[in-house]
Amino acid sequence: MSDPRQPLLSVRDLRVHFFMDEGVVKAVDGISFDVWPGQVFGVVGESGCGKSVAMKAMLRIVEPPGRLVSGEILLRRSRAKRDGDQRDLVQDLARLDPGGAEMREIRGGEIALIPQEPMAAFSPVHQVGDQVIEAIMLHRTVSGREARAIAAQLFRDVGIPDAEERLDAYSWQLSGGLRQRAMIAMALSCDPRLLIADEPTTAVDVTTQAQVLRLLRRLREGRDAAIIFITHDLGVIAQMADYVMVMYLGLVMEQGPVDNIFHAAKHPYTQALLRSIPSVESAPRVTLPTISGSIPHPFNRPRGCPFHPRCPHFIPGTCDREPPPLRPVGDGHLVSCVLYDQAEART
Amino acid sequence: MSTPSPNAAPLLEVRNLRKHFPIQKGFRRRIVGYVRAVDDVSFSINQGETLGLVGESGCGKTTTARCVLRAYEPTSGEMLFRAGNGQVVDLARLSRKELRPVRPQIQMIFQDPYGSLNPRMPIFDIVGEPLLVNGMRDRRMRVERVAELLRLVGLRPEFMQRFPHAFSGGQRQRIGIARALALHPRLVVADEPVSALDVSVQAQILNLMLDLQRELHLTYLFIGHNLSVVKHICDRVAVMYVGKLAEMASAQELYSAPRHPYTAALMAAVPVADPRHRSGDVELKGEVPSPANPPSGCYFHPRCPHAVDRCRAEVPALREISPGHAVSCHRAEELALRGVA
Repeated sequence: MSDPRQPLLSVRDLRVHFFMDEGVVKAVDGISFDVWPGQVFGVVGESGCGKSVAMKAMLRIVEPPGRLVSGEILLRRSRAKRDGDQRDLVQDLARLDPGGAEMREIRGGEIALIPQEPMAAFSPVHQVGDQVIEAIMLHRTVSGREARAIAAQLFRDVGIPDAEERLDAYSWQLSGGLRQRAMIAMALSCDPRLLIADEPTTAVDVTTQAQVLRLLRRLREGRDAAIIFITHDLGVIAQMADYVMVMYLGLVMEQGPVDNIFHAAKHPYTQALLRSIPSVESAPRVTLPTISGSIPHPFNRPRGCPFHPRCPHFIPGTCDREPPPLRPVGDGHLVSCVLYDQAEART
Repeated sequence: MSTPSPNAAPLLEVRNLRKHFPIQKGFRRRIVGYVRAVDDVSFSINQGETLGLVGESGCGKTTTARCVLRAYEPTSGEMLFRAGNGQVVDLARLSRKELRPVRPQIQMIFQDPYGSLNPRMPIFDIVGEPLLVNGMRDRRMRVERVAELLRLVGLRPEFMQRFPHAFSGGQRQRIGIARALALHPRLVVADEPVSALDVSVQAQILNLMLDLQRELHLTYLFIGHNLSVVKHICDRVAVMYVGKLAEMASAQELYSAPRHPYTAALMAAVPVADPRHRSGDVELKGEVPSPANPPSGCYFHPRCPHAVDRCRAEVPALREISPGHAVSCHRAEELALRGVA
């Protein structure tokens, strides 16, 4: 069991830039956050906000022309893997060689990924069972037969019927829901301490989504692992997360406990986002409040607060200068907006 | 119908529509079976209203829409369309030539704003092509009409000479809508028009569609899988399951008092954007059956928590249980199902 008083993962001032012929895209430009053991850490944002790139950076799988420019990714590694060492080992993943043995041990072993498209993530020419077994044998010292037994048990754990038979199936023979379950089984195969789920339910139907979400919730209760849950669906975040980070154009706009984000959102972007989603409970056929304009192209990210051109509270001369730093506005609740500068000064 | 309009004559009446795709096998392409993508579907859309068609992937909602557009040849059934001149024509039976004058009246908005616009054509050509095809030869007139259309959907007419790559997803969807409106359609089929868009842009497009409907008296057939979006924009909603209609009612009634267990299960699966209301254990088990090999009786019975012997044996017919509310479930009257709001 890991120490619950210490964050499992601490990211400090992470920057990932893409160096293209046309210019530099600052996909992630200085984000910091902590993920605690047993927590579901939700990351929300629209396309281009850098949520997926940030998670790729954590696994050190950012493809060129992208590069991790600066920042620390501090992962608390279990002592079991370092014999003789009494303390948990904190390692900065940003300093490791992305192709090195250590990073490869962490990837899939301590941090596992559930990708968005299970169809693209599985090889179509290998049986799904073999792909899961391969992952198990890479990270654990077990025989082929043992690995197969572990894989079958994992398939049963994630609720795949006829688990033994399904090990021999190819990914294209499985339905979307089963494929996503097999993917989750593979991610869990080495008992990761941190699971990164990158939009795990965007490619599936609502009823399957409900099944997958329930499965993830159950898995978290059973294990001590933390989950970073990335999505653009605010409904899914509300159902799943304990703590939420809202991103926009490579920066953190707001982060806080899930209840604060949905019931006491501080940042104009979060507020606008919450207002603009139609709900099954809201009045039909009325004009929805919208966020004016569209997300700027990443090449010309606005100066200062990236949301200022669309913000109803835009203060000329202030918001378009410097991106405001994250300030605490409550218990574990941080906001990057100048509107709360005075609030802080007053209290 | 939540708002009975004065001219409540049906614009489109679909009766017993079927579309079966043959399954071919072997070298000789022998037909070994049929995928019943759409199997005996009937509904009508009144002038000026929005009918929503919802269901999980593979339920036949897109196939239904494509039959209405005659992009697919229906296997059987009638699709009675009240054309602009007041005449009622059966879309299913018209020949290609007879379809020509009807086609401009039924237009489509596509799901993917990236795949549906030709990247090599400037916006003027994309939006102006339907005009050119339908006889507007004069370039100046076309420029004028395209400018008018772009203004209508909230784009600046100066952008006419730009190519699609210069636009964001939301702007591209507006271009697609402008193209659909070029020929003054009476019926617009929108196949998941907002599912590929970001949340902040979705609301803009939904608002635009509602505004355009009021302004131009459009009738929409709106296909979607996001139940919140469908409820927001539709007057009436039809729920499809494995090629058949499970339930059809006014949006208000369907969401507040669903009578089919599948509708209720679909609604329970929608994640509510409120952490204080986490959904409980209501969950649909299993998978959607294949329309090539559907189960006996009610197609939903293997997943239905309320199934009885009769459901396994007998196919339920779609029947009206209260005015404007049709459901195909043997036990519709006795079940107490929970809806949302």
